[in-house]
Amino acid sequence: MFLQQLLNGLTTGSVYALIALGYTMIYGILGLINFAQGEIYMCGAFVAVLLLATGKVNFYLAFAAGMVAAALLGVALERVAFRPLRGAHPLVPLISAIGASIFLQSLALLLFGPNDRPFPIQFTFSTITVAGLPLSTLQGAILAAALGLMGLLMVFVRYTRYGKAIVACALDRDTARLMGINVDRMVALTFFIGSALSGAAGVMMAIYYNATYPRMGLLPGLKAFSAAILGGVGNIPGAILGGLLLGVAESLGAAYVSSGYKDAIAFAILIGVLLLRPQGILKGRGD
Amino acid sequence: MLTLKSVQAGYGRLPVLKGISLHVRPGEVVTLIGGNGAGKTTTLQAICGLLPPRKGLIEFAGQELNRLSPERIVALGLALVPEGRRVFRTLSVSANLELGAFHRQDQKQARRDLGELQERFPILKERSRQPAGTLSGGEQQILAIGRALMARPRLLMLDEPSMGLAPRMVTQVYEILKELKEAGTTILLVEQNARAALKVADRGYVLETGRIILDGTAAELKEDPEVQRAYLGKGYREVWE
Ligand SMILES: Nc1ncnc2c1ncn2[C@@H]1O[C@H](COP(=O)(O)OP(=O)(O)OP(=O)(O)O)[C@@H](O)[C@H]1O
Ligand SMILES: [Mg+2]
Repeated sequence: MFLQQLLNGLTTGSVYALIALGYTMIYGILGLINFAQGEIYMCGAFVAVLLLATGKVNFYLAFAAGMVAAALLGVALERVAFRPLRGAHPLVPLISAIGASIFLQSLALLLFGPNDRPFPIQFTFSTITVAGLPLSTLQGAILAAALGLMGLLMVFVRYTRYGKAIVACALDRDTARLMGINVDRMVALTFFIGSALSGAAGVMMAIYYNATYPRMGLLPGLKAFSAAILGGVGNIPGAILGGLLLGVAESLGAAYVSSGYKDAIAFAILIGVLLLRPQGILKGRGD
Repeated sequence: MLTLKSVQAGYGRLPVLKGISLHVRPGEVVTLIGGNGAGKTTTLQAICGLLPPRKGLIEFAGQELNRLSPERIVALGLALVPEGRRVFRTLSVSANLELGAFHRQDQKQARRDLGELQERFPILKERSRQPAGTLSGGEQQILAIGRALMARPRLLMLDEPSMGLAPRMVTQVYEILKELKEAGTTILLVEQNARAALKVADRGYVLETGRIILDGTAAELKEDPEVQRAYLGKGYREVWE
């Protein structure tokens, strides 16, 4: 029972972590919270689901298309909603982000209607027993895919030229420019990558809950935001840790306290962190 | 190689540079001396494109820089070692060096340059994997110079490289500058530490509240009573008697 809940928590937590990475990377380089991250997640899910519903596209292609569409939406959003506001008071882009979030939700509602869409293809997932622990292969697959993407991101940031350039922009924009780094391009790249991860998260949750709908990004978006704060916003390992911790706390809380409080737990943690350790578990910017 | 003609620049409505003219010829080491708030850093920022000038002309290798972005200017062959070193603190020493070559097309050659640089400055090799923020001030200064050299600049500009360093480290940093000079590097060196700067420079300019008040060869400036009083720390007595 406990181990099962732990696994449930890690599964949803790994998805929160993917979205939280988007929040944290964008915060790291621009110092703003992109509250439309949940809608980018929703976009990824919709694109994959609609493509699969045509019956002409295979699963992996649809998954990749969901990620790319989310990434492009993120880049477009940066262009129209954030770039023109650079240098404005920090509240201004925040309001713009909330506006973009409402706009995208309404647009999805208009285009796709309010109803849940089931995931178009059925996977046959079984439960296997690993070391005495019943493990759903669906959960295993989500966890493995999410951790794999996070691993790729860490490798990208630590070991590639562009990854290091993004960190340099986050640390010291003017000095980065003196290295010949085009900051605008790095910001766009950050939005691309962060949004692609959110898109992947969207597809995974569309499978996990078998439901895709315009407001699906709202709660995961807010929870991932809490996760990013919990881990220390701007910090990449922090976002991963925060996401996993939040998922587990939520799952254990729902099992042992009351399932009615499930969604409240994330926000209780958010408030607690803001009061007690506003810089998050792993503090600091950049990395 | 670098020419400034009546350059004016400032922050917001505040004018800082009130018409600066200076030039650096290929192979020369030129120093710009001035006290706190004289406008030295502002001059370098105007050249680099971080603070586009309001009036006047900045020209480098026959090209006007006035309206170019810092990225473009760096690509033309200008590199700056900024005031306070500004290393990327959480990135490793080698990552800092690699970023110095970010704009270069020849990344293979840049990797070889990195190896050579690390042979030349063993500290950068020993600490290569360590976060740059954990280096001492002097080591960070060497790193910042190495990072600028990774760009293979045609003109190297340094903003107060001796600032906040122990005398031993100042000597070491100036040893490096001397070697660079002997290798033919063109340098624009901004300093408050006129004594150190005039030892390595061929020529110099003295900047006060946004204006060049004096210029000449290093030898002339060293003998100038005003420079001696204000920047070489010799007392009135010594100068007047
Ligand atoms: N970002 C800024 N915004 C507004 N004013 C500034 C800014 N930076 C510098 N100044 C002002 O411009 C003037 C020149 O500053 P600058 O930094 O160029 O001097 P400096 O010669 O480099 O001095 P120091 O030796 O102390 O580094 C100062 O009066 C300073 O207060
Ligand atoms: Mg200065």
